[in-house]
Amino acid sequence: MKIHEYQAKEIFSRYAIPVTKEKVCYTVEEVVETASSFEMPVVVKAQVLVGGRGKAGGVKLARSVEEARTAGEQILGMDIKGLTVEKVLVAQGIKFNSEYYVGLTIDRNSKSVIFMASSEGGVEIEEVAKDNPNAIHKFVIDPDLGMTAFLARKIAFKLFNDFALVKQAVGMFQKLYQIFIDTDASLVEINPLVVTDDGQLLALDGKMNFDDNALFRQPAIEALNEPDEDEKKELEAKEKGLSYIRLDGTIGCMVNGAGLAMATMDLVKYFGGQPANFLDIGGSSSPQKVIDAMNLLLSDKNVKVVMINIFGGITRCDDVARGLVTALQQLNVDIPIVVRLSGTNARQGLEIIKEANLPVVNTMSEAAQEAIRLCAACQ
Amino acid sequence: MSILVNNKTRLVVQGITGRDGSFHTSKMKAYGTNIVAGVSPGKGGQQVDGIPVFNTVEDAVKATNANTSIIFVPAPLAGDAIMEAAEAGVELVICISEGVPTLDMVKATAYLKKKGVKLIGANCPGLITPGEALVGILPGNIFLKGNVGLMSRSGTLTYEMVNQLTTNGIGQSTCVGIGGDPVAGLYYQELLQMFEDDPETEAIVLIGEIGGDAEERAAQYIKEHITKPVVAFIAGQTAPPGKRMGHAGAIISSGSGTAAEKIAAFEAVGVPVARRPVEIPVLVKELMEKRAKA
Repeated sequence: MKIHEYQAKEIFSRYAIPVTKEKVCYTVEEVVETASSFEMPVVVKAQVLVGGRGKAGGVKLARSVEEARTAGEQILGMDIKGLTVEKVLVAQGIKFNSEYYVGLTIDRNSKSVIFMASSEGGVEIEEVAKDNPNAIHKFVIDPDLGMTAFLARKIAFKLFNDFALVKQAVGMFQKLYQIFIDTDASLVEINPLVVTDDGQLLALDGKMNFDDNALFRQPAIEALNEPDEDEKKELEAKEKGLSYIRLDGTIGCMVNGAGLAMATMDLVKYFGGQPANFLDIGGSSSPQKVIDAMNLLLSDKNVKVVMINIFGGITRCDDVARGLVTALQQLNVDIPIVVRLSGTNARQGLEIIKEANLPVVNTMSEAAQEAIRLCAACQ
Repeated sequence: MSILVNNKTRLVVQGITGRDGSFHTSKMKAYGTNIVAGVSPGKGGQQVDGIPVFNTVEDAVKATNANTSIIFVPAPLAGDAIMEAAEAGVELVICISEGVPTLDMVKATAYLKKKGVKLIGANCPGLITPGEALVGILPGNIFLKGNVGLMSRSGTLTYEMVNQLTTNGIGQSTCVGIGGDPVAGLYYQELLQMFEDDPETEAIVLIGEIGGDAEERAAQYIKEHITKPVVAFIAGQTAPPGKRMGHAGAIISSGSGTAAEKIAAFEAVGVPVARRPVEIPVLVKELMEKRAKA
């Protein structure tokens, strides 16, 4: 789960990490009112849950209230990578001497939280990682010790020569780690971290992502979730025990297990078709789950054919078959369906499918090819 | 031989009285796995399927000499359950639970490392040494005793692959589901080395997917340390960036972790990558025949 810059900086503030004076605004009038109460210049920044706002024209400097109004008019309602800007952050302009990058994330290889620091702040860290990986210093944090003062000092000395800045940084880095742990984050970033004209460290921008598996114990974080249209559908599916991601193709896929679901999409593509979605109906699938899954697939009007690929382990093929037959009785399905069932109770499942006069295939390769053939035929 | 589990495995089931725990206990027992104990706090003294239930893993280990634990408890409690098993003195812990918070796994994996205890999972289907021990939720009937070692981040995709192998007459030494989470226990490198050292294993199948760079690291490890033939498959060639594909760890972030990068890494070190599941048995057969001639 992601949150906006202004929300990340609110969390920083609560931990006494200095951020710019700023206010989130939803209308041009609010932008003007806020800018009038701030010293000039101000920066007006789009708040959307996607990177690359600056390049898309979603961040503008304003030297007067009038310029702030113009910026607000331009940015509010604009489209950034398919998302409409519904709010902007009006932030006090800050004079600074240098900019840095600091961030915390999970490192799969060391199975730990790592701290990343770079003197090349203000640009996308992924670009630094590609062009000049040595410019990013990485430190593994021992979960038993946490962010010790000595480790924070070691990191700070990589960035700063001035001991006054090192001392400020030590406190800030320890707080950032505390935020990461307290909120079950998966990413905490300050980019850029700046040294202001009067020698203060300040978070000019902030970014936080969270571990979806831990949201059950982070109600305050979960309350900040703003799912877009696609994500709403994904959440709705999740409540029914389904894992769903919409794509742009025409072949609807219903599969049990995430790995097999990905491999099924890949196979459709391999044979020249376009998968319409990723859909994992999970283990121990009840007939109701199959009905819900069918509903979900049919709600996507691009879907021209449904391909069902089940390898029964915990999932019983006869359960899936019964669910499918019930779904077809309840729903008005006017597109072709291809079914492949293997594994636990496959024989019983296939008998049910045959009785319902649905086409049956033996392997996932055959299923993908048949689905593509039917898809071409119905267009 | 085989790796990790065999007929000497003495299994304790944590969460044995739960829906999944009791269901899979009976399946594992029917397969022939030696299940010696169950744990369910507050239900000590009861029996499930004739298996004695204890309040703590420590009690279970003391009474039965269990050496391996499998965990079926709800995800919020799984990190604690893993550490309890390690503290009680088992050698190997398998965690099936899906949805464990990542920071719980960071803490648990650090503790197990300190104790010298091995972990498989979480969010995995477990593992099987065909004909000897099934420790997990895999459908035992599709496996065949043989000489191919298999490791995979996915459950049902493993079944699909194993089914391809078995129906082509290729048996397996041990098959391990390493799980779909970003922070997990034993991973490719450790298992590659175990299969390399196992005299019964003649070839290795590695099933990866998008997210992280473990496959790239595995490719490097194979180049430097593995002499047995390895065949790979990578799921998620059509996965869009920035979306979690079911597994918590299956996500292409900032353009890295793609299937294309992983396939290229394996091919660069001479590991053939199957483009479709049906190619796996063909590639395995080819490499095993080549090795037999050499």
